[in-house]
Parts: sequence; C-alpha cells; structure tokens
Amino acid sequence: MRPAASTQSTPRRAPARPAGQTREALRVFLRNPAAVIGLVMLIAILAVTIFGPMVMSADPFEIAAAPMEPPGSEYALLGSDYLGRDVLTGIVYGGRATLTVGLVAAVLSVLIGVTVGALAGYYGGWVDEVLMRITEFFQVMPTLLLAMVLVTLFSPSLATISIAIGVASWTSNARLARAEFLRLRQREYVLAERVIGAGHGRIIWKVILPNAIAPLIVSATLVIGTAILFEAGLSFLGLGDPNIMSWGLIIGNNRPYILTAWWAVTLPGVAIFLTVLAVSLIGDGLNDAFNPKLRGRE
Amino acid sequence: MTATETRDPLLRVERLSVEFQARRRTARVLNEIDFAVYPGETLCIVGESGCGKSMTALAIMRLIPENGRIGSGRVLLRDRDLAGYGTQQMRQVRGNEISMIFQEPMTALNPVYTVGDQIAESLRLHQGMGARQARERAIDMLKSVGIPAAERRIDEYPHQLSGGMRQRVMIAIALACDPDVLIADEPTTALDVTVQAQIFDLLREQQARRGTAIVLITHDMGAVAEMADRVVVMYGGRVVEEGRVEDILSRPGHPYTQGLIACLPDLDEHPTDDRPDLPEIPGVVPSVWERGVGCPFADRCAHTMDQCRKEFPPMFRTADTQRVACWLHEGKPI
Repeated sequence: MRPAASTQSTPRRAPARPAGQTREALRVFLRNPAAVIGLVMLIAILAVTIFGPMVMSADPFEIAAAPMEPPGSEYALLGSDYLGRDVLTGIVYGGRATLTVGLVAAVLSVLIGVTVGALAGYYGGWVDEVLMRITEFFQVMPTLLLAMVLVTLFSPSLATISIAIGVASWTSNARLARAEFLRLRQREYVLAERVIGAGHGRIIWKVILPNAIAPLIVSATLVIGTAILFEAGLSFLGLGDPNIMSWGLIIGNNRPYILTAWWAVTLPGVAIFLTVLAVSLIGDGLNDAFNPKLRGRE
Repeated sequence: MTATETRDPLLRVERLSVEFQARRRTARVLNEIDFAVYPGETLCIVGESGCGKSMTALAIMRLIPENGRIGSGRVLLRDRDLAGYGTQQMRQVRGNEISMIFQEPMTALNPVYTVGDQIAESLRLHQGMGARQARERAIDMLKSVGIPAAERRIDEYPHQLSGGMRQRVMIAIALACDPDVLIADEPTTALDVTVQAQIFDLLREQQARRGTAIVLITHDMGAVAEMADRVVVMYGGRVVEEGRVEDILSRPGHPYTQGLIACLPDLDEHPTDDRPDLPEIPGVVPSVWERGVGCPFADRCAHTMDQCRKEFPPMFRTADTQRVACWLHEGKPI
C-alpha cells in the first residue's frame, strides 16, 4: 500500500472511559477507609433493626419503667421516655419504619427522576421542554413543605409518607439523569445500536442507562440519607403515623421534655445521625470509586 | 458504465439532497447526489472533511441528525424507496439488509456489554434467535472475522481487546445478519497501518464469501487503490466524478480529483530524501453557507471559467465508465 495521502487529519481521540467499571470501582471503594467504615456502620444498623425486634420481642409502645428513668436504670438500659416507654426498644423497633421509609422513598425518587430525566435527555426538543418545566415546578417547592402537604392530604401511613417524600425529592435525580443522557446519546455506540435496528426503548433502557448507572447509584444513596431526615422531620412535626414507632416519632413525642429527659430526644437523634452519616460515607465512597478522574490519584 | 449497467444495481441513490435548519436558514449538505452500488462490488466514496461522505452514509441509513432532513431524492434498495420508509420499516432494514461500521471501534462498542452480547443482539432483533442459538452464531462470527480463541473472547468486554480486534468485532456485528450492503465509514482511520491492511483483507474475504456490496467511505487514496472497484468523488456536498478505479487513478477528469491524486507522494520515483514538496490544493472547503449556485470547487480550481460560478455542470461522460461534473469536459455526452 502506498503511503496514504490524507485529505483530512483525524486526531486520535483519547480512549474512552475503560469499562469493567464495576469491578474496578468496587476495588477502589474497598480501599477507601471512610467508605468501608460507612459500610460497616450501615450493615450493623441494618442488622440491629432487622434482627433486634426478633430477639427483644417487646412492644415499643408498652410502658416498661417509671417515666423519665435515666439511661442505665434496671428496666430501661437507655432510659425511658415521659410515659415510661423503653427508649432502646423504641430505637430498635423504630429503625424499621425509618429505614423502610428512607429506602422506599429513595427508590421511588430515583424511579421517577430517572424516567423523567432519561426521556427528557434522550428525546430533547419539546419533550425535554415539557418535562423540565414540570421538574422545575417541583424544584421550586420547598421539599419538606410539599411532603407535608401531601401527607396531610392523605392519611399518614408508612406508604403515604414514603410516596410523599419520593414525590417531593426526585428532581435532582431527574436533572442528573437528563445530563447523563444528553452526554451519552451522542456516543457512537448509540448510533451503532441504531444502525443494527434497535428501537428507542431499547436504546434508552438497555444501551444508555447501564452506562449512566454509576452517578445515579451515588445520587440514590444520598437520597436515602435525606429521605430518612425527612421522615424524622415529618414525624417530629406530628405528621407521621402515630401507631408505628419511628425515630422521628420518639423525638417528636419527647420534645417538650428535652431539658428533663434529654436521652429520649438525643439517643434516637444519634441513631438518625449515625445512619445518615453511614449512608453519606457510602455515597461519597461510591462517588469517588465511579469517578475516573479521582481514581488515578492513589 | 456499460460494463456495470448490464446488472441491476442493488442500491441506487437518486438526486438525493439533505438539508439542515440552523439559524433560520437552510443549509444543503448534500446536493442532488447520484450513484449506484452493484451487488458484490466495492464502491469507494472519496473526499475531504465536510464534503458529505458520512452524511451520505447516514442518509442511506435514515439516521441523519434531528435538525436535518432528506429534502428530495430517493434511496432505492432494489425497488424499494427507503427515503419514504417509516421508522418501524427502517428498523427492519438496518442491520439486516444494510449495515454499517464506524471509524472508532472503541467508541462504537458499548463498554458495559460483552462482545458476544453485542453480536447476539442483532441476531435476536432480526432473526428471532434464542439466547443459546445466538451465542453459537456469535462464536461462529468471531471465528470468521479471525479472532483467535473465540469461545473465550466472546465473554470479554470491548476494553479487553485491541483496536484491530475491536474493529473485527464491529465487522462481525455488522455482518451477523448477512446484509446485502455494508457501509464502512473510514473503518481504518484510527488503526495502525499494519492493522489497516488486515482489516482490508478481512473485508475482502468476507465480501468474497458472502457477496456483500461494500460502500467504503475514505479520504485515503491508498485505501481506494487497494479496495475499490468503482469510485465516487465528492466535493462540497456534490458528486463531482464517478468511475472505475483504474480510470479515476490514471485519468482523473475533475480538477479536484487530479489534485487529490497529485497529493500522493511517489516513493518509486523519489525514494530518497531529495523528494520534491508535495503539491497541495490551495484554499479550504467552502462552508455550507458559502456554497453558491455554481461549482463548489470554483474558488480553488486552476481552470475556473465564468460558467463555473453560474451553474453546476451536469455529469459529462469522459469514458465509457467515467463521468465528470466539470465544464472542462463540456461537449462530451451527458
């Protein structure tokens, strides 16, 4: 072959992000001490909330000791609240509701957000316009206020609280998903997929979404943290389900007695704090693990 | 084209124009282009950046970007006009009857799926194969494009393969459903020269085995000399010359084609350091906004006449199998 006379010079592009990302990301994640601490904490919290009630088999609403026993007393290891209910039992049982609401709300928030963002980013044009205006409508609403309105409109229960928080907090996921889809739909492999005859649905869900999943996972973990805080906030404000023990409910009930029985307010607060911290550490660790720019810096 | 006209063309592009809307103006990116592809042949589309080579490929696949549209003309695959096809009908054609490979084999493969999944996908979409059958076939395809240890490679991800291997995988994907036409858009530009030769060998071998017609888009005259049966030269969104590769390389009719060929270094005549400077074509390609009614090459051409700026010439037949759109050949049959 004669040497090629190029009428156009094509600079060779830097290789795209290497794949096999998941395994590589996991390796980076496990090397990150903060992330591992978060993971261990979350596993411990989950273990306590899942298996704790089986071991204790007590009613968290039952009166177990004299009112406002301080921590370390005979019938209430972490003290009792203003009615004499055991704070430890409350925390162990209440974790179930709090974590369930956090998780369900986060899943819902990601589902709504990713669907809206994916369609907006992929189709662009008027679809994008309409969906983004709707997103902005939800975005300018104060999230807690919107969740409060939704909960008061329907009777407060775990389901309505989860839905309310999910509906109030999907906008950031939608924006993130939209940005990822805008970026990835230009990729040549998307064009290559159309060339072999794939339809839009397939390209959105099976071609682009798997490539956009990393930042969405990170965002989802962070949403779990905020959802737990919102659940606590709603219960604190008396908008939770009064028949189901949750961390926010204990705090809300004991709020007037914070000066005399500080433990009944503080200890569930510590539980919330530790859970949100654990989830945030994991989210941060995932963020670093999936971010190729930070990966080289070891 | 007496030699080829005895056969029916497989794919015929007739007076195809593609327009883009931008800044409230219309840009004609392709201007009434005409050419035909015959069964089993290799047609090279040559031209420099921005002349409309890739847009032609995308227009045939009906994948031009959203702000563009086919303004007029037809794309006939046998007797069916693809330009009038609906989305669903077009999806049946893509990958099944016409397939395409790209310049960058890294970015054209999806990083999150194994190569086997990606080959199998096209088979499952078009031939309704089950997972197991598609996998068997994908292994066969990998073997046929010369990938060693295909049984193992099939479960690897694109980043585990070299550039040449990835382009082989792209070819396997494109040929999985035995299409009649394979459009290759600069398939070797991103590859080393030695790998380029291997890919060309592979394309030729697959063509001989399957009878696939290949439309090779390139700016590399070396690739043209090596691969082409016939050549279409494009400039400024127009076809300026068409003919058999021997004729085009030995007797180029259009000043632009002459310029392209003059740009090639001749190592036989000047093997040492005292090579003369390579001639170059002065000027740059006019942007789509600057193209007037006349010949788009007029500003860079050494033979420009008044007529060139007034009217784009028809295709004059300079030889049996060669047609040139240049007023220099006026008087020859159209």
